[in-house]
Amino acid sequence: METSVEIQNRLRNLFESQKLAVVATQTGGQPYASLVAFVTTDDLRHIFFVTARTTRKFSNLISDSRVAILVNSSVNLESDFHEAVCITITGIADEIMDPERQDILKLYLAKHPYLEEFAKSPSCAVIRVAARSYYLVQNFQNVMELHIDR
Amino acid sequence: MSWIISAEHIRQADGPRVGGKGLALALLARGGFAVPKTLCVTSETYQEYVSRTGLRERIMLELNRKAFKDMRWEEIWDCATRIRNMFLRKPIPEEISSQLKEAIHTAFKGKVVVVRSSAPEEDDAASSFAGLHESYVNIQGTDAILEHIAKVWASLWSDAALLYRQEIGLDVKKSAMAVVIQEIVVGDKSGVAFSKSPNDTSQGVIESVYGLNQGLVDGTVEPDRWILDRRKKTIISHTPAERKHWMIAAESGVQLVALPEKMTHLPPLNTNEACHVFELALEAEKYFNSPQDLEWTYRKRDLVVLQSRPITTLSPQKNGDKRSWYLSLHRSFENLKLLRQKIEHELIPAMITAADELACQELTELSDQELAGEINRRWKINQKWTNIYWEEFIPYAHGVRLFGQIYNDAVHPEDPYEFIDLLTRTEMASLERNQMLADLASEVRNHPALAKALSAGQTEGLDPQFLEAVDRFVEKFGDLTCAVTGGTQCEQAPGSLYKILLEMAAHTPSETGRQTSKNKDALQEKFLSVFEGEKKKTAVELLDLARSSYQLRDDDNIYLGRIESQLLAAVREARQRIDAYHHRKSNKKIAAELIQVVENLDHRPQFQPPHKQTPDDGFVIQARQLIGQPAGPGLAKGPARVIQHTADLADFKYGEILICDAVDPNMTFVVPLAAGVVERRGGMLIHGAIIAREYGLPCVTGIPDATTLIRNGDEVTVDGYLGIVTIGSSEL
Repeated sequence: METSVEIQNRLRNLFESQKLAVVATQTGGQPYASLVAFVTTDDLRHIFFVTARTTRKFSNLISDSRVAILVNSSVNLESDFHEAVCITITGIADEIMDPERQDILKLYLAKHPYLEEFAKSPSCAVIRVAARSYYLVQNFQNVMELHIDR
Repeated sequence: MSWIISAEHIRQADGPRVGGKGLALALLARGGFAVPKTLCVTSETYQEYVSRTGLRERIMLELNRKAFKDMRWEEIWDCATRIRNMFLRKPIPEEISSQLKEAIHTAFKGKVVVVRSSAPEEDDAASSFAGLHESYVNIQGTDAILEHIAKVWASLWSDAALLYRQEIGLDVKKSAMAVVIQEIVVGDKSGVAFSKSPNDTSQGVIESVYGLNQGLVDGTVEPDRWILDRRKKTIISHTPAERKHWMIAAESGVQLVALPEKMTHLPPLNTNEACHVFELALEAEKYFNSPQDLEWTYRKRDLVVLQSRPITTLSPQKNGDKRSWYLSLHRSFENLKLLRQKIEHELIPAMITAADELACQELTELSDQELAGEINRRWKINQKWTNIYWEEFIPYAHGVRLFGQIYNDAVHPEDPYEFIDLLTRTEMASLERNQMLADLASEVRNHPALAKALSAGQTEGLDPQFLEAVDRFVEKFGDLTCAVTGGTQCEQAPGSLYKILLEMAAHTPSETGRQTSKNKDALQEKFLSVFEGEKKKTAVELLDLARSSYQLRDDDNIYLGRIESQLLAAVREARQRIDAYHHRKSNKKIAAELIQVVENLDHRPQFQPPHKQTPDDGFVIQARQLIGQPAGPGLAKGPARVIQHTADLADFKYGEILICDAVDPNMTFVVPLAAGVVERRGGMLIHGAIIAREYGLPCVTGIPDATTLIRNGDEVTVDGYLGIVTIGSSEL
C-alpha cells in the first residue's frame, strides 16, 4: 500500500495538474455544487478559490462554512473509469482579508493568470478552506483517507 | 471497412492488421507453398468489437482492480475467466457479424475449419506468443465459427498471455487480435520442424506424431524426434517416442484415442518423408530469410504447411523466459485424468500410509541422537510431500478451472463462477470436522450446566461422554488453534476449543450450503443438456473430475497437515527434552545436537505485523474502501476480527468478520461463526473462498494488506458482489 508521504505527493501532483474543482455548499439542507478555479498550499492544509460575493455559493458559505471539494483527473474518455484519480476534500471555509489576501492572490494568479481582472475585483472574495480530510479514489473504487491532525 | 480478408488479398503492409500468422500464410501461398485455404479477421474487427460493446473499458477496469504485480497467478486466472465470459456473452454487432458470416460461408461453404489466433504482437522477432493464445480445431458452421472467433479474441486476455505480456513489458492497452480461419487438413501424420536447432545452429529438428498435431503442441502426445544436418540435409539421429495415443478429429473438436497396435511399432515418418519435411523448412527459411518454426501435416502424400513463424530465440529460456511454466499450469483433460489416477490411487494412499507410519512410532523410546535423526527424517518426508503437493496436487487443481471454462463455454452464465455451485457440498474433510464441532456445540447448548462449567473454566467432573467426544475430535483433527502454518507455537490446553464451543453454543447454528440440491440438479441439467452423444459422456466425466479436483483442493491440505503434525510432534518431544536437560544441566552435547536440529526447522512464515502509522507529520492515513475480488456473493457488516496468530482464533465471536492472511483449511472451524470473510490472498478457488461459499457467506479475497489496514473491532462491510471491503461508518 501507499505510504502517507506517497499519498500526499499524489495529492500535490493532482492539484498541480488540475485547474478546476467542484465545490459543494448547502443552505437549508439543499446541497449546491459549483465549479471554481482553485490553488492549494504545498503543505496540503489549505485550498483557496475566488468567488463573486453575489453568488449562491458565497451566500451559502456565510450561513454554513462546511464544504466539500472535488478535484479529479478525468478527461471525458471511457478510459477515465480505470485511469482517473479523484479527491474529495472536506473542510471549513472562511474569507481572508488583506494583507494575507494579497499574498494568496499572488499564489492564485501564478496558477490562473487569465483570472487577474476577476480575482482582483473588489466584488470578489478570496475563500480559504482549511482541509480536514482527503478522500482519494483510484482504480475506480479504491478509497484511502488522509486526515489532518489539527 | 472490410472486417475480413482472404489470404490472396493480404499484402506485406497488412502485417499489423492480420498478425504474424495470417501474414506468413498469405506470403507462403504467394510463394507457391501448399497451404490450406485461409481467411483473416483483421485486428480492426477486434478493436471495433471491443469499442462498440464497451468491453475495452470493462477489460481495463478488470485489469486495474489492483496493481498487476500484486496479483497472484490464481487471481490473474480469475481475471482472465471474467474477461473470457464477457466475450462469450457479448454478441458481435450485427453489421460486423453479417459481413463475417457472408465471407465465411462463401469461402468454406460449410466445410470444417481451424480457427487460430494471429495477434499482431505475436511471432515477431522480439516476442513469441506461440501457444499462449487459443486455436480451435475442427469447427463447423458459421455460428460456431463466429463463437470461436470470440473465444480466440478472449484468449488475448488469458492468464498465460497476461503474464507473458507483463513479463516482456508489452502494453496491454495496445493489444489486439486478428484471427485466421483455415480449412482443416486432416493429416495422417503431423508435426513441427525447426529449420535451425535452438541447441546447435548446424542442425535442424523435426518432431512428428500420428494424426493431428494438437496432441504434440499441447504436450499430450509424445513425438518422435529427428535431428538433421543442415548442410548435408541428412538425418543425424532419430529418437522414437513411446507411441500410445493420437489426436483425431471428433464430432466437433478433437479427441485423444489409443493408437492402433500396428502403428505403435512404426515411426510416423520414414527417412524420405523426414528429409522432405526438413527441405520444406529450409525452403521456408530461405523464403522468409530467417530460421523458421513450421507446423505441417501429411495428407496421404501431400505435405501441407499449416503455419510458419520465425524462431524467436535460438537459445531457449533466455532472459528467464517462464512461458513454459505458465503454460504448464494449464493441463488438458487427458493429462488431468492421468494425474487423477496417480493422485487417487498412488499419492493419497501413500500419504496416509506415511502419516500412519509416523504416528505409530513411539518417540519417547528414542535416544536423543535417534530423535535428532528422526526429526531430520520427518523433515525430509514432510519436504517430499510438500514438493509433491506443489508438483502434482496444485496442477490437479486445474481440473476445477478446466471445468469452469467448459461450463462457461457451454452455458454462458451471467456469473462466471456459477459452476462452483455444481462442485460444492462434496464431502470435504474440513466440513466433516466442522460438523463434529457443531455437534459438540449443540451438546453445550442443550446442557446449561455444562456451559456454565466450561465458562468458569472447570473441566473437572464434566460428563465423561462429552470429554470423550472432545478427545475424539482432538485426536482426529488436532488442537484447533494449532493450525499447520503456526503449529510450532501452538497451545496444548483444550481451553481454546471450549471458548469456541461456548461461542457456537450461544448462537443459532449456521447451516452449510446456501442452495438446495434441487438448484444443483437444475444447474447440472442445464450444463449437460448442451451436449449430446459422446460429448455428453465426456461432460459427465469432466464434472466428475472437477468434483474430485475441488475436493482435493481442501483435503490435500488436511493430509499434508497430518504429516506435518507428525514432524511437529517430534519437535515437541525434542523441545521437552531440551527443557529438561536445561533444568538438569547434564548431557549437554546431545542436547546441543537436538537444539541444532530444532533450530534448523525454524522455517515458518511470519505473520505480517499490524500497520504502523508513519512518523508524525500531521497526517493520519486510513483505508476506507479496498478492492479485492468478489469470491462469495452477499453483503455483510460486523466488527473485524483480524487473525495475526492462530491463537487469535480462540477469541472469535459470533457475527464478526474474519480478516486474515489466508484461510488455512485447519482454521475454517470459525467460519460458521463469521458474518463474512476477507482474505489477503486472492482467488476465487482458494480455500477461504470455497469454505465461505459452502456456508453462503459474503467473501472478498485478494485485499493486499487486509490484516494490516484493518484493525480488530473496526466496523467492516463486506460486499461480496463487487469484491469491496468498506471500513468504518458512513460518518465523515
